[in-house]
Amino acid sequence: MNSKNEPLFNIVRRDDMNRRKAWCIRGLAIVIALLLCAVITMVVTGDNPISVYASMINGAFGSARKSWVTFQNLAILLIISLALTPAFRMRFWNCGGEGQVLIGGLAAAACMINLNDKLPNWLLIIVMTLASISVGALWAFIPAICKAKWNTNETLSTLMMNYIATQLVAYYVVCWESPKGSGKIGIINQNSNIGWFPELGNKYLLSIVIAIVITVFLYLYIYYSKHGYEICVVGESENTARYVGINVEKVIVRTMILSGALCGVAGLLLVAGINHTITTTIAGGQGFTAIMVSWLAKFNPLTMIFTSFLIIFLERGAGEIATVFGLNQSFSDIITGIILFFIIGCEFFINYRILFRKSKKTAVPTVGKEDE
Amino acid sequence: MFDFVSFIPRAVGQGIPLLFGSTGEILTEKSGNLNLGIPGVMYAGGICGVIGSFYYEQSGDINGALAILIPLLCSLLGSLLMGILYCFLTVTLRANQNVTGLAMTTFGIGVGNFFGGSLIKLSGADVPSIALSRTSLYFSKSLPFADKLGVFGKLFLSYGFLAYAAVVIALVVAFVIKKTRIGLHLRAVGESPATADAAGINVTKYKYFATCIGCMIAGLGGLYYVMDYACGVWSNDAFGDRGWLAIALVIFTIWKSDVSIPASILFGGLYIIYLYIPTGMDHMEIKELYKMLPYIVTLLVLIISSMRNKRENQPPASLGLPYFREER
Repeated sequence: MNSKNEPLFNIVRRDDMNRRKAWCIRGLAIVIALLLCAVITMVVTGDNPISVYASMINGAFGSARKSWVTFQNLAILLIISLALTPAFRMRFWNCGGEGQVLIGGLAAAACMINLNDKLPNWLLIIVMTLASISVGALWAFIPAICKAKWNTNETLSTLMMNYIATQLVAYYVVCWESPKGSGKIGIINQNSNIGWFPELGNKYLLSIVIAIVITVFLYLYIYYSKHGYEICVVGESENTARYVGINVEKVIVRTMILSGALCGVAGLLLVAGINHTITTTIAGGQGFTAIMVSWLAKFNPLTMIFTSFLIIFLERGAGEIATVFGLNQSFSDIITGIILFFIIGCEFFINYRILFRKSKKTAVPTVGKEDE
Repeated sequence: MFDFVSFIPRAVGQGIPLLFGSTGEILTEKSGNLNLGIPGVMYAGGICGVIGSFYYEQSGDINGALAILIPLLCSLLGSLLMGILYCFLTVTLRANQNVTGLAMTTFGIGVGNFFGGSLIKLSGADVPSIALSRTSLYFSKSLPFADKLGVFGKLFLSYGFLAYAAVVIALVVAFVIKKTRIGLHLRAVGESPATADAAGINVTKYKYFATCIGCMIAGLGGLYYVMDYACGVWSNDAFGDRGWLAIALVIFTIWKSDVSIPASILFGGLYIIYLYIPTGMDHMEIKELYKMLPYIVTLLVLIISSMRNKRENQPPASLGLPYFREER
């Protein structure tokens, strides 16, 4: 055989790599990415890398308040990521987290504004919760039923649902704006605090507790329930699922309703627990970030705690750098993007192995020297 | 009376970035790559053009040819780099296309807004805001006799050269995909890479070229928006969600870039129709509902085309899937 025709290297799929080694590779990728980010930050700001890292840590944990905000943001991102996970496990690309969160928040805000003097506070909070969950579920149900019935591409349909939700929020923001003409709603029920979630110790803790509850619930749901098993089978192969008698359409719709309902909870927390107002940007792109968080964690709810922490830490840290050096806040998007590229790229080295050609004499086309 | 003479040029102005974006994405998707990074690519293309023209304007005298060439090349280079990055991750490293695309969108919009907000500080220039009026004049220059031809001139001849380029590129892409051997190979790669590979088509090469050229075309949309439509004024997030609208157009036109020419103008019109429909001062909120129209229309087209399930109206069969020869 002529060695000229043999490629320089071959790529072979790895069947098994032990978890520790896999996480070492991912860790290495993150370290390299962080080093690259430090270099970029140095070029842009002219500061030395140690103080860059110091101000990143300072941005995330510099004071008690900053730490609480970090954990609160972490909780919200975690809830959205968890919400998307069951859908992803059955290979249903729910890119509509953003819209489902927004519409859930909108439902909560609608109850707070329209029912504030008609119901007692405790009843109102129950109504708000039910409204957010059911509207979020509805927003996920529409793409799900289309996928189940007619195999409509779910990536694209959920994306469209996002923007319909955004415009719907924009519509109601104009409807409810106060004061008139300001273009925003302002704090809802600022004096009466009706419909505001009660504080647990301090105002940040409630979302964190709910995030923990949902994490445990989803972990059990995915790994220890019949539903979770069915999701897994549908994700691996729809045909297999049909042969063993799983109703694939039902699983798709049921899982997406769960997904949307949990996104609705995130929207509810954002509106009733944290911001007490609604804007079109209240979800802040977290519906998209959550897709990456969930994917990075390999769709495992417990690992997701770490991946969402990584993203939030970067966001807050890079935000601090931007503030300190008078740069634009979008700096954190660039940093997050670079880290994501590295993590996405490193999966290759976990899933595949590169075998280099044995013979080093590439230029000499003689036959005999090949297998020395 | 509905004012068509002023409505149509504005609809076209809104439609051209969408046309660039959707043409680029159609080319990309025909190779089986679902590039959700298009919004980021369009931002990157826009800001790279702005950076090029900003430094050129700072350097002093303006020469007409260079004023167009420098931003154009910078923009093409920026979006090409984004395309290469996407291809390297998804084709060579076989990463998940959805995740890579979304990361590119985050990154691209971040790059656009970061440099848009910090360019002046970073370059130490003594100007209050990025307003590239001198170079943008060359971009938005229309044919000299357009004004004299009345309504006809205003409807068809009043645009900058990039608008005509968009139409030509869309037609060329449609022709290449439908009528040439290269296009046939490209469609084969998108429908069934394993079959294409067996027939001796270099799948990797086709995916790389289609995606990179697609990104460069989409990047021009960002350049057109900022240099021509916005008269050279960069403001953060002004480009908005047009990138996603371009992806919506790809479905709306069922993967045909020649259909995209009228469709993108229609979408551009839907995007601004709220300005032309009298709602009265006390019902400003209705305008927000009109802005929802493009998305609802797209969603309906998506659902209806999947309900009718006609073979020629379906997405490329391997759209979104990585290809690895040894895995069948």
